[in-house]
Amino acid sequence: MIEIKNLTKRYGDLLAVDSVSFTVGAGEVLGFLGPNGAGKSTTMKMIAGFLTPSNGSISVCGFDVEAQSLEAKRCIGYLPEGAPAYGEMTPAGFLRFIADIRGIAPGAREQRIRDVVMRLGLERVFEQPIETLSKGFKRRVGLAQAILHDPKVLVLDEPTDGLDPNQKHEVRTLIQGLAKDKIVIVSTHILEEVHAVCTRAIIIANGRIVADATPDELEARSRYHHAVTLRGDDLEGLKLALAGVAGVGEVAIDSEDKVVTAFPRKGQSIFAAVTRLIQDRKLAVSEVLLERGRLDEVFRTITQTGARS
Amino acid sequence: MNPVSVIFKRELASYFSTPVAYVFIVIFLVLANAFAFQLGGLFERGQADLRPFFDFHPWLYLFLVPAVAMRLWAEERNTGSIELLLTLPVTQTQAVVGKFLAAWAFVGIALALTFPIWITVNYLGDPDNGVIVTSYIGSLLMAGGFLAIGSAVSAATRSQVIAFIITVVICFGLLLAGHPLVLGFAKMALPQWLVDGVAALSFITHFTSISKGVIDLRDLIFFGLLIGFFLYATSVVIDLKKAD
Ligand SMILES: Nc1ncnc2c1ncn2[C@@H]1O[C@H](COP(=O)(O)OP(=O)(O)OP(=O)(O)O)[C@@H](O)[C@H]1O
Ligand SMILES: [Mg+2]
Repeated sequence: MIEIKNLTKRYGDLLAVDSVSFTVGAGEVLGFLGPNGAGKSTTMKMIAGFLTPSNGSISVCGFDVEAQSLEAKRCIGYLPEGAPAYGEMTPAGFLRFIADIRGIAPGAREQRIRDVVMRLGLERVFEQPIETLSKGFKRRVGLAQAILHDPKVLVLDEPTDGLDPNQKHEVRTLIQGLAKDKIVIVSTHILEEVHAVCTRAIIIANGRIVADATPDELEARSRYHHAVTLRGDDLEGLKLALAGVAGVGEVAIDSEDKVVTAFPRKGQSIFAAVTRLIQDRKLAVSEVLLERGRLDEVFRTITQTGARS
Repeated sequence: MNPVSVIFKRELASYFSTPVAYVFIVIFLVLANAFAFQLGGLFERGQADLRPFFDFHPWLYLFLVPAVAMRLWAEERNTGSIELLLTLPVTQTQAVVGKFLAAWAFVGIALALTFPIWITVNYLGDPDNGVIVTSYIGSLLMAGGFLAIGSAVSAATRSQVIAFIITVVICFGLLLAGHPLVLGFAKMALPQWLVDGVAALSFITHFTSISKGVIDLRDLIFFGLLIGFFLYATSVVIDLKKAD
């Protein structure tokens, strides 16, 4: 359990995190979203116990991060932004160092390391100095370090940044596969990721929480929610036909993607009507898509207006 | 395993994982011997002791020890690994002490490698080995003092070059404080108790006193307090500058 109350961080005059409060329970995977400079990393640094809050309190696994910092740090695995490591060490030496300092028993150490090395596909670079690794492999070493002691709480700052699509998938599977009693906080700029792994998303902008909801709820706020998109050759014709369907509000042509989208009026469902229209009029349509809502659009609307949820 | 010793081991190994460590040790040995033989006239004096050798240690350390100390925290901050280190379950004091001890051990290894000169004087004559032992101890303590200062300075900046220069300047001041020339000037301008105070701050005063063969408790306390103070300062500076 993580409890954050009125968390505030000032850098001089700049208010990087402004009175943020939220609680995360076991089993939740919390996605941390927000534009650049929103205060995501700053918040995570405070949870991990690196930065001292200017105000407010954080408790992790029942331990106050400031007063009982060692106990709190023991139950957290943390991947800092950019996955810093000791460049001159090899993943082998580095992970042994982390295991020793985390107090993993010498007998269990090698097995534990082999486990995470396998999970993150580090076998090939196990004996190569970290500073000579590619960005993606550095990130994987950072992840391996964070999960090495099988922590109750994982705080991952942009864990999939710089990974190839296969590895992105691996990391998402890894996060999903963590035992159900764990807490994971991930920050990311990749919105599909939120849907793929998160049970809950917090969007922050200018240091404040502007949305706190499940990915589905966020999508429901999109104007694309339950909109119907058609692909065809005669876009103008389709637009005209769609405009006549009951429940349809606006109809927009996206000439780049060669599609036309019909937006429902508030609370209306138009999918059935549109499919019937296509059949009745034998419209030339190559693709029909019922939109779930577009997170990137919600993200833009929320963070740019800064409206509170 | 104790976190201090885990950090100590990692740090010490990291010194030897780059060629810099070996370059440093070679330069140290070359300079230590060159000073002793060329400038100090170790052989020409016709005495079987290592006075000229040890007399140059403060000046040798002035440039070489800050070169070891500069990377202690500046590098850690520059690469961001400080964020990793300080979010592991170690206290800041353990991290500061572990890193300091590793640097100290590294300089100690370089110092220990000067042993051939000790063997040589024993071969050529009949030196007072007790004095030589205390001189080595004094020299190591002095190196620790320099290192602790360098550690605090290094915590204040990301730039190793800046850390180096500032440490040299501070150490130079502390060395000079005991120089007869400086004390002579001080006597003209300052009351006697202040002059004594300045002299008491000098590394050279304490080092010379130990290397005469007597380990005085006051000299031990001086270096102990000095090291303790600057390691504490390191921790404070890390806290203050952690965010940037
Ligand atoms: N050490 C620092 N000193 C001064 N200001 C800082 C410092 N670190 C961060 N900031 C400022 O605090 C704000 C929040 O930064 P933070 O790194 O938390 O953003 P972020 O949400 O992680 O952004 P990104 O998506 O780019 O990683 C920014 O305006 C940033 O410039
Ligand atoms: Mg960030």
